[in-house]
Amino acid sequence: MTAQPPVNSLRSLPDASGHFGQFGGRYVAETLMPLILDLEKEYRKAQDDPEFWAEFDALMKDFVGRPSPLYYAPRMTEHFREAAPAGKGPKIYFKREELNHTGAHKINNCIGQILLAMRMGKTKIIAETGAGQHGVATATVAARFGLECKIFMGATDVERQKPNVFRMKLLGAEVVPVTSGAMTLKDAMNDALRHWVANVHDTFYIIGTAAGPHPYPELVRDFQSIIGKETREQIMEKEGRLPDMLVAAVGGGSNAIGLFHPFLDDPEVAMTGIEAAGFGIESGKHAASLTGGKPGILHGNKTYLLQDEDGQITEAHSISAGLDYPGLGPEHSWLHESGRVRYVPITDDQALEAFKLCCSLEGIIPALESAHALAALPQLTAEMDEDKILVVNVSGRGDKDIFTVAEALGVEL
Amino acid sequence: MTRFETAFAKGPALVCFITGGDGDTAANLDALVEGGADVIELGMPFTDPMADGPAIQEANIRSLDKGTRTADIFRMAAEFRARHPHVPLVLMGYANPMTVRGPEWFAAECAKAGVDGVICVDIPPEEDAALGPALRGAGVSLIRLATPTTDAARLPAVLEGSSGFLYYVSVAGITGMQQAAQASIEDAVARLKAASNIPVAVGFGVRTPEQASQIAKVADGVVVGSALVDLVKQHGDKAAGPLKELTSALAEAVHSAR
Repeated sequence: MTAQPPVNSLRSLPDASGHFGQFGGRYVAETLMPLILDLEKEYRKAQDDPEFWAEFDALMKDFVGRPSPLYYAPRMTEHFREAAPAGKGPKIYFKREELNHTGAHKINNCIGQILLAMRMGKTKIIAETGAGQHGVATATVAARFGLECKIFMGATDVERQKPNVFRMKLLGAEVVPVTSGAMTLKDAMNDALRHWVANVHDTFYIIGTAAGPHPYPELVRDFQSIIGKETREQIMEKEGRLPDMLVAAVGGGSNAIGLFHPFLDDPEVAMTGIEAAGFGIESGKHAASLTGGKPGILHGNKTYLLQDEDGQITEAHSISAGLDYPGLGPEHSWLHESGRVRYVPITDDQALEAFKLCCSLEGIIPALESAHALAALPQLTAEMDEDKILVVNVSGRGDKDIFTVAEALGVEL
Repeated sequence: MTRFETAFAKGPALVCFITGGDGDTAANLDALVEGGADVIELGMPFTDPMADGPAIQEANIRSLDKGTRTADIFRMAAEFRARHPHVPLVLMGYANPMTVRGPEWFAAECAKAGVDGVICVDIPPEEDAALGPALRGAGVSLIRLATPTTDAARLPAVLEGSSGFLYYVSVAGITGMQQAAQASIEDAVARLKAASNIPVAVGFGVRTPEQASQIAKVADGVVVGSALVDLVKQHGDKAAGPLKELTSALAEAVHSAR
C-alpha cells in the first residue's frame, strides 16, 4: 500500500491539497474542516501501519469472502463472438464482486472506513444510501463492530426499497427518512452532512463512493483497489498477461476506480467507464454527469455535475438507483479530461437487455448497475480481436433489482 | 470608511438575513432597514443548501420554485443599493452558483450591484483560490466563518484574506436549530477578537431579542436569519410588517448594548 508510484505516474494523485488536476478538493463548511484534516492525518498513519492492513485483509478474507473470483464467461464470449465481424470478439471475464458478503463491492470500503472510525475514537456511524446497498453494507460493519448506526435515506427511496430498509433495521441500524428536496440520494447526502456538522465530536461519516471532500475519494479508492489488485493477479495466473480492456459502471464511481486504479500506469490496458443515460441523453432524464454535465462544486468536491446555467443541481434519472446521482467522483472527472479512461453512456433499455442476457447465458443475475457495464459489450466486443481479453466488473448481484426489472418488463409479481 | 466600518463603528450591529426571491424581497429588505438592521445578508437560493436547517432550506425551495435566477438576485441587490446607499449588503450562499460562470464574473457582478461582501458556506480557506482572489480583486469583502471547531491553530488561516467582519457560527450545526450557551459564546468571541482586527458577529440559532441582547454585550454584531425567514413563510408576500416588527425589537435589544 505504501509503495510510491513512479514519477509521471497516473496513480500519484490526489496532490497534497487533495486535488486531481482541477477536480476534488475540500469544499466543506468550516465546522467540518478540522475533522477532515484529522481524518487525513489518521489515514496517513493507517496507510503506513502494517497492523491496519493486516486487520483489513483478515476481514476481507473471512468476513467478506475475498478474493472474489475472476470468472471466464464462456457463453457471453461465444454470444458476442458470433455477433461480431469475423476475427472479432474478445475473451470475456467477470470480476465477481457480487459474490461478496452483502452482495456488492460496497462492503470493501465500509470495512476500511469503520476501521479508521475506530482508530479515531468515534463511536457513532452515519451513512447515506440510495437503493440501500451502501446502507446495508454500513449497517453490516456497524453491527460487526458494535457501533451505533444511522442511515439517511430519501423518503421516496425508503418507500420503494422496503426490503433493504428492513435489512438495515435487522442489522440494528436506524433508518432516517429524508424529506427534503426530491427525497432521494442527493438529499440523503445533504441530510447526512447536516447531521455530521452537528455531531462531529463523536460521529464518523462512512461515505459510500469515491467522492466527497478529500481524503474520501482517495481512501475509498484505496480500499476498493483490492478489486483491481486481485484482478491483476488472477488474470496473470489464468492468461499470463494483463487484460486489454476493463469495463465498469460509474455512478459515484467506486467500483470502477477500484478496478481501474491498479492498471492506470499500464498503457496497454484500455478502460471504459459506463455512465447511466436513463431515457437517453437527449431526453434530459439521465445520470450521465460527464456526457451531459459540466464541472461544478457539490458535496465537498469539484467534479462534473448535472446542473443548469446558474449552477443549480438538476435531478438525475436512472433505472438503477445506485447510478441515480447528479455527479461522480473527482478522479473520474480527471481521468475523463486526461483521456486515460473513455466514458460511454448506456440507457435504461440497453441495461435491461444486458441484464436479461447475463441471466440467461451465464446464470448470473447482475445488479442493474453492473448491467450497465455489461450493456457496453456489444459495441466493445465488435471492435476487439478474438485474442484480446476483456474484464467486466460485475459489481453487485441483482436480487435487489428484481422488482424494478419486473415492473420495467410489465410483469406482475 | 467602508460601509462595514461605518455600520460597526456605532457599536454592536444587527445583521439580518433573508433568502432572495422568497416573498416580496424588495419590500422585505426595506422592512429590515426600517426596523433598524445595520447589515443585510441576502441569501442566494441553492438546490442543495447543506449547512441550512429546515427553515432556510424551505425558503430556498420556495424561491427556486418561483423561478428565481442568479440574475434576479443581482437585480435585487442593485435595486437595494439604489434605495439604500449606506447599508452594507452581503450575499450569502454556496460555491456552485457563485463559481459556475467563473469567480471573476461573479465578483464583477457583485461590484457592479453594490454588494459589499460575500459569505460562501462551502469554500474554506483551503479552497480560497476558487473565489477569494477574484472577490479581493474586485474590492468585495470575503467574509469567512469561524466555528466552535476552529481552533487557535486554524484561526489565522481563516482570517487571512477575509475582511468586513468575521462571522462566528456559535453552534456546531446547521442554521436555525439549537442555541449556544452564552458562556461558550463569550469565551469564543473573546478568543476571536484577540486574534482579529475586524468585527466579530455571532449567528446560528439566535431567534429572540433576549438572546440578541445577551450576545450584543460581548460581540460586535448579532446575526438573525431563520426567525425572519419563518415570518416570510408564515406571511408570504405580506411579510414586511411582521419583519419590521421583529427587526425593531431585535435592533433595540442589540443597540441597547451600545
